[in-house]
Amino acid sequence: RDCQQADIKYLSGWKQWKRTSSKSLKKVLSEVKELSSYLELWRRDIRSIEGKFGTGIQSYFSFLRFLVLLNFIIFILMFSFVTLPSIISEYGIFNSSFAKIPPKNIEPHCTVYKPSGNKGLVYFYTYLKDLLSGTGFLEVTSLFYGYYTIDAAWLSILRYNLPLAYLLATFAYLALSLLWIIKRSVEGFKQNLVHDEDQFQSYCNKVFAGWDFCITDPNAAQLKHRSLQYELQTDLEEERLKRKIADRTMKEKLRIYSLRIFINIIVIAVLSGCFYSIYRATVFSQENSNDVSNTNFQANLLVQYLPSMVITLANFIAPQIFSFLIRFEDYSPAFEIRLTLMRCVFVRLANIGVLLFSLWSQISYCATDECKACGYNYELYPCWESEVGQEMYKLMIFDFIIILAVTLFVDFPRKLLVTHCSCKPVQWCGLQEFGISDNVLEIIYGQTICWIGTFFSPLLPAIATIKYFIIFYVKKISLIHTRKPAARPIRASSSNFFFLVVLLIGLVLAFIPLGISIAHIPSSKACGPFRSFNTSWAVVPDTVLGLPTGLQQVLHGIASEAFAVPFFMVICLVMFYFIALAGAHKRVVEQLREQLVMESRDKLFLIRKITEAQRH
Amino acid sequence: AYKRFSELLPKEERENACSARVPKSQILTLPELRANPFQHRICRVFSTSYNGDDSMSFEDFLDMLSVFSDSATSDIKSHYAFRIFDFDDDGILDRKDLEKLVNCLTGQGEESRLSNAEMEQLIQNILEESDIDKDGTINLSEFQHVVSRSPDFASSFKIVL
Repeated sequence: RDCQQADIKYLSGWKQWKRTSSKSLKKVLSEVKELSSYLELWRRDIRSIEGKFGTGIQSYFSFLRFLVLLNFIIFILMFSFVTLPSIISEYGIFNSSFAKIPPKNIEPHCTVYKPSGNKGLVYFYTYLKDLLSGTGFLEVTSLFYGYYTIDAAWLSILRYNLPLAYLLATFAYLALSLLWIIKRSVEGFKQNLVHDEDQFQSYCNKVFAGWDFCITDPNAAQLKHRSLQYELQTDLEEERLKRKIADRTMKEKLRIYSLRIFINIIVIAVLSGCFYSIYRATVFSQENSNDVSNTNFQANLLVQYLPSMVITLANFIAPQIFSFLIRFEDYSPAFEIRLTLMRCVFVRLANIGVLLFSLWSQISYCATDECKACGYNYELYPCWESEVGQEMYKLMIFDFIIILAVTLFVDFPRKLLVTHCSCKPVQWCGLQEFGISDNVLEIIYGQTICWIGTFFSPLLPAIATIKYFIIFYVKKISLIHTRKPAARPIRASSSNFFFLVVLLIGLVLAFIPLGISIAHIPSSKACGPFRSFNTSWAVVPDTVLGLPTGLQQVLHGIASEAFAVPFFMVICLVMFYFIALAGAHKRVVEQLREQLVMESRDKLFLIRKITEAQRH
Repeated sequence: AYKRFSELLPKEERENACSARVPKSQILTLPELRANPFQHRICRVFSTSYNGDDSMSFEDFLDMLSVFSDSATSDIKSHYAFRIFDFDDDGILDRKDLEKLVNCLTGQGEESRLSNAEMEQLIQNILEESDIDKDGTINLSEFQHVVSRSPDFASSFKIVL
């Protein structure tokens, strides 16, 4: 500060004015930033979690907040472009109307769709059953695809092409999610790349940057000390293990590799078992829930929720089996964790895929000629998109109920038991740790369901936003009152990137079922905005044909091979250029390091020469 | 920040808080420093008192907060981190400094220290990674080089009031 004040005396008037104005500008900017940070959701809660439990768990909660915002934005998108115009034109507000053009060239039996809608006197529990399974009165609301049976809407004089808007809104929310996730993960990727390249820098990172200066609570500090000690000891042990592995003999290597192959076969067998049971459960549920006998309320609900229950069971059992098996494979601890995590991710996401596949095999199972004319099983599924939407809705609701139930009926009683009962086995069980990876996989699973389901049920993101909002508070309370922090902490820099990578995998996996539904399976002729088209995708070529010829030619040119192949080759060249540049930079860094070593040796040599010269 | 500083002073001196010095024992009652294993080193580094009692004036307090804030550059942070970790104030981090540093990290008490063999292995690894001129100690530029490659340093070396 003294230097600054001394400078001020020597500067001219113009420079002084510049300096004061830049200072006041910085002050204004910082105040604006502070104000905008007050608007940030849950800022204080996440800060207090960071102080008490460290940055690893805090990254889970900021990830949850990110998902709440993402779902909210997706909901706004779908609502304003799809739901709002439908509602406006349906109720005739602003002098609008809509047109339902009956599809031409379609067999009349394909277009019969009579949702029950619960008119007249019904039992009260029917409402509950409908709320939980999306049938009955919910099926005809704007929650599901079947409501949007509008081919064009007129708002005053403008013609609003609802089918095109529906499809483009779907693509828009997928693209928005992709871009937002990539933007968030770019920073983490840079850190991770630097971190991974210099694997041997990990000790310095842990020792010099290991203490989290944000910790204010003495208990948390104690835990941090213990976790640091544990981490350092584990790393040193891992290094010793690596040296041991390098010294393995040929016979031992053969034994271990054959054991690993055997265990991988077991893992594949477990996975196939899961997939087969999900397939059978879905087929059973679909066959039995289409019976008209609604007599037994509970049994009916059970049958409806059977696929969700089987999936949840599989998601719970499979990770336990994997973590048991991996002990025999004799990997280093860090690799063990990563491999188990990858297997769990695969199980969870593939389960959804198997469910959808079995649903589709049911829907497109066609035995009779009439059925083949429609392209899908019109008797059981006159409006098959609503059916798929209902399945996704059921999965989401069931997921939410399970999270609440586990917190209420497992965590809190466990905590009560541990604090009041001092017998040995209970104390040995102890409190559960906050398993970050398990919780993250849970919410990514929910988010993948939301992405897939939004095409079939446009209001699903709203349900997802509310669900994650409530889950934030539930998890926070459960964390503070019933959990002990993990003994093996994951560091913030690597965990942020890991969550986003798995989320990206979920998104890419969500593209596949959506792509198949939109482009391959014929859309239902009895409901929905795509009645007059073969598949949902067909609305785009139709619109393109309606554009002026110049624009049409440009679009055709872009989609043709003459453009795509050179474009692809240019992208490959650019990528190779960047890879080569990165390799060259790495080599320069190595050379500079060697130069530094040389410099110090030169310095020592010169100093020795000087002392020798001084002596003579 | 001024409010927090003046809370640390006894009531009589609160009027001229700008020029008063707060003794070290009072500084250590701040919640942000209470749980910090480097609290003594932080007070020593930021205090400008002449009689070595590590008391801090308001300017010292502001200096400390500005170094630990989000807007400090990583150069400044690594410079001050080096001074904090240098337990014997000789301008380099040698084996004894590193040993004290690791013991601070793992906690007080006998059972929370690493064994001698583990400590040796750890210090060996640290020097291998960061000592470029192979003289057995870490000087300021080597420390800054290592810290700039460390992804967690920026997020962990901060205190927010």
